[in-house]
Amino acid sequence: MSRAMPIKVLLAKPGLDGHDQGAKVVARALMDAGMEVIYTGLRQTPEAVARIAQDEDVDVIALSSMAGSHLPFCERLKTLLERAGLEDKLWVIGGNLPRQDHGRLRELGFEGIFPSSSKLADIVHFIEAHAS
Amino acid sequence: MNDRLNPAAKRVVNESGIEIRPVYTKEDVERSGGFGFIGDPGAYPFVRGIHPLMYRHRPYTMRQYTGFGNPGDTNRRFKYLIANGQTGLNVAFDLPTQCGLDSDDPLAHGEVGRVGMAVDTLRDFEVAFDGIDLERITVSLTVNGAAPQLIAMYLAMAEKRGYDVAKLRGTAQNDILKEFIGRGTWIYPVEPSVNLVGDTIEYCAKHAPKYSPVSVCGYHIRESGADPVQEMAYAFCIAKAYADEAIRRGLDVDEFAGRLSFNFNVFGNLFEQVAKFRAARGLWAKIVTEHYGARKPESGWMRMIAGGGGGGLTFEQPEVNIVRGAYYALIAALAGAQTTALCCYDEAYTIPTEYAQRISLRTMQLLLEEMGLADTVDPLGGSWYVETLTNQMRQKMEQAMAEVDAEGGIVKLVAEGAIQARVSAQAYRMQRAIESGEFRKVGVNCYRVEQAEELEVQMHPYNEDDAREQVARLNEARAARDASRAAAALGAVRAAAREGRNVMPAVFEAVKAYATVGEITECLAEVYGRYREPVRF
Repeated sequence: MSRAMPIKVLLAKPGLDGHDQGAKVVARALMDAGMEVIYTGLRQTPEAVARIAQDEDVDVIALSSMAGSHLPFCERLKTLLERAGLEDKLWVIGGNLPRQDHGRLRELGFEGIFPSSSKLADIVHFIEAHAS
Repeated sequence: MNDRLNPAAKRVVNESGIEIRPVYTKEDVERSGGFGFIGDPGAYPFVRGIHPLMYRHRPYTMRQYTGFGNPGDTNRRFKYLIANGQTGLNVAFDLPTQCGLDSDDPLAHGEVGRVGMAVDTLRDFEVAFDGIDLERITVSLTVNGAAPQLIAMYLAMAEKRGYDVAKLRGTAQNDILKEFIGRGTWIYPVEPSVNLVGDTIEYCAKHAPKYSPVSVCGYHIRESGADPVQEMAYAFCIAKAYADEAIRRGLDVDEFAGRLSFNFNVFGNLFEQVAKFRAARGLWAKIVTEHYGARKPESGWMRMIAGGGGGGLTFEQPEVNIVRGAYYALIAALAGAQTTALCCYDEAYTIPTEYAQRISLRTMQLLLEEMGLADTVDPLGGSWYVETLTNQMRQKMEQAMAEVDAEGGIVKLVAEGAIQARVSAQAYRMQRAIESGEFRKVGVNCYRVEQAEELEVQMHPYNEDDAREQVARLNEARAARDASRAAAALGAVRAAAREGRNVMPAVFEAVKAYATVGEITECLAEVYGRYREPVRF
């Protein structure tokens, strides 16, 4: 499928976690693949993520979480994204995500789950294939 | 010549961009600058070590990074490590504490006690260090944005227990400039943040002269993507920024430089790493002596914790990280580190188990006890290869520092996000080199095993009851304190910040009045504002 516009991705750093090396590396890979990336920087609240996603009319909402608070964050974010009518967007998450949490993240609506050691090419291909 | 010895050798370039020859001779050392900048251990320029006898006199301190849950949980882990032969403590705080938030702040939701110990008031420090001899076990606090509060709490806790603060040793990380480059626990904008570091240096120089108020970190810059030369060069630029701030306040270099310390990373090529530390030791001594005119030799000592190595450890085949860690510890020992610590084999996944922590501790112990690393100072000194690399690395570090200065200095480049952009571009290049197989990582892009063969790591459980207990303790502390004393002390913090005075005396009084980490942050943020991150690619 060819698109008239590049895929637009919101890449957010949820919560207080300051480890942004991975997020920035992924941002560069997505840009190199021709996507438009809005990188939020650190310390985003669920409210901020939902608001930016809505304001910027993105196709993909991507989170990078390294410090273990992904579940409480995503639980709150899910409600806000749904309230904003963004449940049809592609939600993906990467970072330090223990295998035991993947089922719950999927239940919450995160279709793409990319734990530490994921390949950039796999992330790019997944988003290309699933962003509508 | 070398090339004649092995004309068909394939080209090898280390991470710092230095071409490595297949064989080194004395001529290589001479071409790289000679043996003139080496000296003896314990003598300027300290390339071979800051003390004449190094580990013969005192082995490196072993200081695993530890902390989780509430102060009671952390106190138990501290005692476990000390019982197993650990000789120092390095405290991990949770993110709300590091970002200057109280445990009941809405932004702390889901983060209390998760990646470190939660601290709200002095009461938490009293619990965390209960029963620990602060003269025998020195304590390093890994805190940056909230360092003024936590340094004050540490000193107040020690004072309350009867220690003489003027003689108390210990370290705070308190390197805020690197937090803007990597790690991210900033609070205020760049300039007032540097000013606060100046406050702590000045305060400690006057009141706690044995305490190391700053540990300048190349470590996290390297973790964020910097090469080994940039790691040291940026750290030294940052250390100079703090030194300039201290001097601007009228301190003499010899009053504070001896208490500056450093924190560096150990992953990478063994010879490049050892040369990096030797080179940096000489360069720092030269900067402090020539640029700042220090007269006391110890002002030029690059005292360091060299350890960790997290950026080199892998998610794949985590048990192999035990072996990597052993080589990293060897690097630290060969490099003459004052203190070392190792990231644990399971640390790419989780907060380490007691078992994993003990393996790291045993790794560092066996170098001293079995492998002879404590017997002889600078055992690689005199190797034509290592001496050549040491000279070359020093020149590259000087060049990288000169470039930063030519572009307007480290404070400006960090405030603009320029260093961050450079480091993250490099992280991207490295990630692609790993994915293409050009940069080899065992278990990652070669010698992989099937998923089913991967070791299952035991995850550290997050206990939500700990977070609830922490909030309850915070509420108790707020209820039990003298409210008017706390309010007056907080007013004094605000006034000191507004009037541009050193805030540390007021912060010290505030923590003694059981003002919280978050309340003090609020007072300072009212005056300084809060940092807004520049995002640049």
